[in-house]
Amino acid sequence: MGQRNFLGPSGTVLGHGEFWLLTLAGFGLFFGTWWGVTALGLLPAQTLPSPLDVWQTLVRLWERPFAGHVYSEHLGASIRRFLMGWAIAVAIGIPLGLLMGWYRVLDEVITPLFDSIRFVAPLAWVPLAALWFGTGIGGPLLIIFVGSFAPCVISAYRGARLVEERLVEAAQMLGASSRQTIWHVVIPGSLPSIIAGLRVSAGLGWQSLVGSELIVVGAGLGYLMVQGQANLETSVVIAGMIGIGIVGFVMDVLLRAVESAFRRRWGQE
Amino acid sequence: MASGRGARSWLGLPRSLVLGTFSVVLVLGAWWAATSGFRLLNPLRLPAPVEVWVAFQQILDRGYAGGTLWSHAQHSLGLVAKGFAVAIFTGVPLGLLMGWSRHAEALINPIFLLLRPIPALAWIPLAIVWFGLGDTGKIFVIWLTAFVPSVINAFTGVRQVDPVLIAAARTQGASTAQVIRHVVIPGSMPMIFTGLRLSLQASWTTLVAAELVGAFFGLGRVLNIAGQDIFPGMIIVGMVAVAVCGAVTTWLLGLVERRVINWRPAV
Repeated sequence: MGQRNFLGPSGTVLGHGEFWLLTLAGFGLFFGTWWGVTALGLLPAQTLPSPLDVWQTLVRLWERPFAGHVYSEHLGASIRRFLMGWAIAVAIGIPLGLLMGWYRVLDEVITPLFDSIRFVAPLAWVPLAALWFGTGIGGPLLIIFVGSFAPCVISAYRGARLVEERLVEAAQMLGASSRQTIWHVVIPGSLPSIIAGLRVSAGLGWQSLVGSELIVVGAGLGYLMVQGQANLETSVVIAGMIGIGIVGFVMDVLLRAVESAFRRRWGQE
Repeated sequence: MASGRGARSWLGLPRSLVLGTFSVVLVLGAWWAATSGFRLLNPLRLPAPVEVWVAFQQILDRGYAGGTLWSHAQHSLGLVAKGFAVAIFTGVPLGLLMGWSRHAEALINPIFLLLRPIPALAWIPLAIVWFGLGDTGKIFVIWLTAFVPSVINAFTGVRQVDPVLIAAARTQGASTAQVIRHVVIPGSMPMIFTGLRLSLQASWTTLVAAELVGAFFGLGRVLNIAGQDIFPGMIIVGMVAVAVCGAVTTWLLGLVERRVINWRPAV
């Protein structure tokens, strides 16, 4: 939403000063309402703790363990779990998508299977994952994998299919083998689509991780939140949400940066 | 890249249909062989097809986890429909407003910057604190799931409307209300529906998660109880039911989309 054209479709002009004033007012509105509602005692702290409460809880969680670990350990457990599950999804999904885009037989054989499984919501795998892996690391990994797999396959597949036929034909005419064509033409050509897909899949995988942690694990931000809720410590729940939001945000910013770097590198902008 | 699509190979049937059917049959056959045929897998890990069928019969006739399959599905469908409807009727107008007016955008955008990175699933524990395990909490988290994409896509949709069209309408004497009604809203519809399609699938994920964390009724409840009972056949039935509901609602949304955006072919 960050275009720098201050003339809206409505035809009114928004000045720089006005923009920052309103943005500041927006932040003020959010925290002001939150603080006001709690300060006036409209809602008990058990329902909505004040911003200050949440801040103090964050500091406390950082120093003293809650639900078995300090905050940074929960954070680390979540990130590790996410990275492992996501890495598996990327390592299988991208090559599979590329091959499906390249070999039509593979596309025709796998797509129906893929389509019939795609509609199973990732979190619906939780009970089956529990049967297969018990309370081990495998359960959450499977959920993250299922959550982030589809965008990897689809983006690589689309990327491979969008590579210009002219280029493929030129490579083949110059004597490139099928393997060389894939490696030097198809993969670089589909990179922009793949990287866009990685961003989507990271977001979905992170969500799936949060969902799985609410249900099956013994450490991590999701687990912290569930324990906070069970102990009626709502400020702990919100502290968990903040951590989840920050990690998700940082991840998205990093992948966006990679995406635009690649776009510049491959001259698509 | 390879030879053209829709090539015919066998008895005049499209090649993709033959190969697709073949692969699905192959996987189902492998499933049967690994479970019933050769008993390679522990039935507590992967149930045999016949066990899934028995579970399906059971939940259809006698019910499971407090209701029949249809009543659970109806309940879940109702929650998704309610949360989704509320999200559309709150999110789309807000997104249109933010897209239309830079002032509204500047004021409201900061709130989105703060809330957007938090996935709807992460709101589930707070929803339980606020609303308990009943329906309201589920509708709330589904609303959150669909609300943010509704706002953002409506916003983007308005910004993508060709300014020339707006200027043209204005020069011909259209009032602001007329411009919004006849140019801006139709122009942003395709983008809005793109957002809705994405968030519908996400809504099912959110609902299943919320029902797994705690619920009295619904498909997630079926999954939860089946997991506790270690009833693998019923787990598969629950998963398939969730998938079918997701597919059916996506198809319905597609129908609505084609009806609303009737001035151009669907993409």
